[in-house]
Amino acid sequence: MLAETGHFAIVLAFTVALAQAVVPLVGAQRNWPGWMAFGDAAASAQFFLIALSFGALTYAFVVSDFSVALVASNSHSTKPMLYKVTGVWGNHEGSMLMWILILALYGALVAWFGRGLPERLKARVLSVQSMIAVAFLAFLLFTSNPFLRLGQPPLDGRDLNPLLQDPGLAFHPPFLYLGYVGLSMSFSFAVAALIEGRVDAAWARWVRPWTLLAWVTLTIGIGLGSWWAYYELGWGGWWFWDPVENASFMPWLIAAALLHSAIVVEKRDTLKSWTILLALLGFSFSLIGTFIVRSGVITSVHAFANDPERGQFILWILCIAIGGSLTLYAARAHTLRSNSVFSVVSRESGLVVNNLLLMVATVVVFVGTLWPLVAEITTGRKISVGPPFFDAAFTPFMIALVMVLPFGATLPWKRGQARRTARNLRGVAALSIALGLLVWSFQTGGRILAPIGLTLAAWLVLGAGWDLLLRARIGDVPLSNTLRRLQKLPRSDWGKAVAHGGLGLLIFGISAITAWEQEDIRVAKIGEPFQVGQYSFELTRVDPVTGPNYQAEIATVFATKNGQPVATLRPERRFYPVARMPTTEAGIDMGLTRDLYVVIGAKQGDNAWVVRTYVKPFANWIWIGSIVMALGGLLSLTDRRYRVGAANRRLAPQPAE
Amino acid sequence: MKRLLLILCLLATPLAAVEPHEVLDDPVLEARARALSKELRCLVCQNENIDSSDAQVAQDLRLLVRERLVAGDTDDQVLDYIVYRYGEFVLLRPSWARGNAILWLIGPLALLAGGAFAVGSLRRRKVAATGLSEAEQARLDALTRED
Repeated sequence: MLAETGHFAIVLAFTVALAQAVVPLVGAQRNWPGWMAFGDAAASAQFFLIALSFGALTYAFVVSDFSVALVASNSHSTKPMLYKVTGVWGNHEGSMLMWILILALYGALVAWFGRGLPERLKARVLSVQSMIAVAFLAFLLFTSNPFLRLGQPPLDGRDLNPLLQDPGLAFHPPFLYLGYVGLSMSFSFAVAALIEGRVDAAWARWVRPWTLLAWVTLTIGIGLGSWWAYYELGWGGWWFWDPVENASFMPWLIAAALLHSAIVVEKRDTLKSWTILLALLGFSFSLIGTFIVRSGVITSVHAFANDPERGQFILWILCIAIGGSLTLYAARAHTLRSNSVFSVVSRESGLVVNNLLLMVATVVVFVGTLWPLVAEITTGRKISVGPPFFDAAFTPFMIALVMVLPFGATLPWKRGQARRTARNLRGVAALSIALGLLVWSFQTGGRILAPIGLTLAAWLVLGAGWDLLLRARIGDVPLSNTLRRLQKLPRSDWGKAVAHGGLGLLIFGISAITAWEQEDIRVAKIGEPFQVGQYSFELTRVDPVTGPNYQAEIATVFATKNGQPVATLRPERRFYPVARMPTTEAGIDMGLTRDLYVVIGAKQGDNAWVVRTYVKPFANWIWIGSIVMALGGLLSLTDRRYRVGAANRRLAPQPAE
Repeated sequence: MKRLLLILCLLATPLAAVEPHEVLDDPVLEARARALSKELRCLVCQNENIDSSDAQVAQDLRLLVRERLVAGDTDDQVLDYIVYRYGEFVLLRPSWARGNAILWLIGPLALLAGGAFAVGSLRRRKVAATGLSEAEQARLDALTRED
């Protein structure tokens, strides 16, 4: 019964969305306040209806109602409760419902907290947001209904893919969707601005927080996915340049570009049409990502609901959304006048370079991802584009970006002096290079990559810190005065420094693990220690264990360093009988300077197992860096300028046109 | 019974990535083998290289790579040999020579095009805003610097 209620709620939400897509738009065009106000009520109603439906589906999973087809094929009565709940979005239909729920949530947030927004802009934004909802609700209803019943319910379900039964992965999709779908907000704002024909600082101040929020959640979502791959897949890989990873990475890159160019619109009232284009592209790439994940046109490790019919439906949504918005852009972009000029050496130019490099990197990832498809269609040859290509073709642009970043970030607006900025950063550059040389002289026969990576990382981290100190006028005023100034700096300045520093930490982690990882593969006998790097490992026992819905072998491995005990590792080999799938659970001792990572393989004769051991230096800095970047974004988000009240006061009343 | 089932299943699980017995005694050759393995795709897997894949085909390829290395092939000869036998699809780094030049050039080309576009439109905007051409602006700058 509840499943039918959920189904009915989606149908209702679909009709509400249809009305919301039309009524406020007409109201804004004709200046009818009642019609415009309809958008607010409809956005709330739409959200509650979809939430009701999501609740109904969650309930079906929680009580293991196997008469619902989706539950029967993705759940099992013995599955732990956490994974019964997260199983709701561990499949195509449920995750699509979650996607739509988040879309409706963003719309509702605009309705609830957008009191300071100009009425017509808000009406148009809600209308555009609802057009997206109409498309995806139709997609859900006509191709991917999560509430279909089974005539003869099975006694038990087929279980969720065991790889997905993991806390890291359980929360990876919600964050990713918050990011993907969050970009729909900047899209809706951009389309509304194009219809309106005006973009000003107030518009940028409204769009930037949504973009920041989307970027922060995307950062967390991608970080979680990467962390999960690291500990779950069994050899500590954390990024594979898989098409589905690329699908989430491209919107991230564009969101990063967009949140930088929106600063220029906000502070300097220029780069408007470029910013609008980025806002349109950001969500377009989210849609392309959705298409790649769910159509199966490109081979990926994330085999997820590969169905040509669904793919075709999303392709239509894609064409209409991208084609429509770009046509509108072509027709209207020239009306967006930019009102200020800037010299070649200025913060604006720095941000243009940032945008250029981020977009070129996006193009490389995009072309690399689609190349196999293009080559097969045009020449009939099957080829692969994998990590070696992306490492070689993508990295140079990121290195260039990092090299110019502290320069651009410390340049003044409008007109700067290259020599003066260079002089300001002389010390930071020297210190970073010295650090790199120091590491280079200490490492024995390692790759040149680590010293270079460390230099770049230090350049970013120290550069970010120095930028803050410069802003607090260190050297010009007494130290106590500087400290007071530091405290008074706007949160967005702190956010900028923290996010840039986080990128530095991330780069440090990546270069350290790539250059210095140590690996050992052997048949280990119980009681016979072996040496990997500075550590000695000893397999002491292997026990069979029965988990809630799996069987496992758990090994116990002692790690020592110079005779001192360091850690006890418990790598597992699990077998999930319902899904008939084996998984490995690595035994990891996490640390700030290194992870010890042990994986157990098959038994080889008496008292001996295949054991893979890795010492991964500074691995955790990859995720620490990601978290710090996200924190920087959040700090910026709490800046006074973006708080509702503050925005309210600064928004001049809009003249009626 | 459950125990037996477990044992049977664990026995039936596929091989894990590089197995100890595959590892070559010569560490230099082994390092080259590992590097080459990261360039080759496991044919039956979804986008995995043979170094980390646990499929039987991947193991066969890993052994083949080592066999060729022991026989004295250079890295390129090993790759050519494997492409000859398994087709271009195994290469994770599409080769420049086989019509993938655009793929490799797209980044630099995009940078050039984007850079030219940015410089062009900024210059145009400046002229539009100040009414001064580049030469006039330079002259103005020179004049203001004099006093």
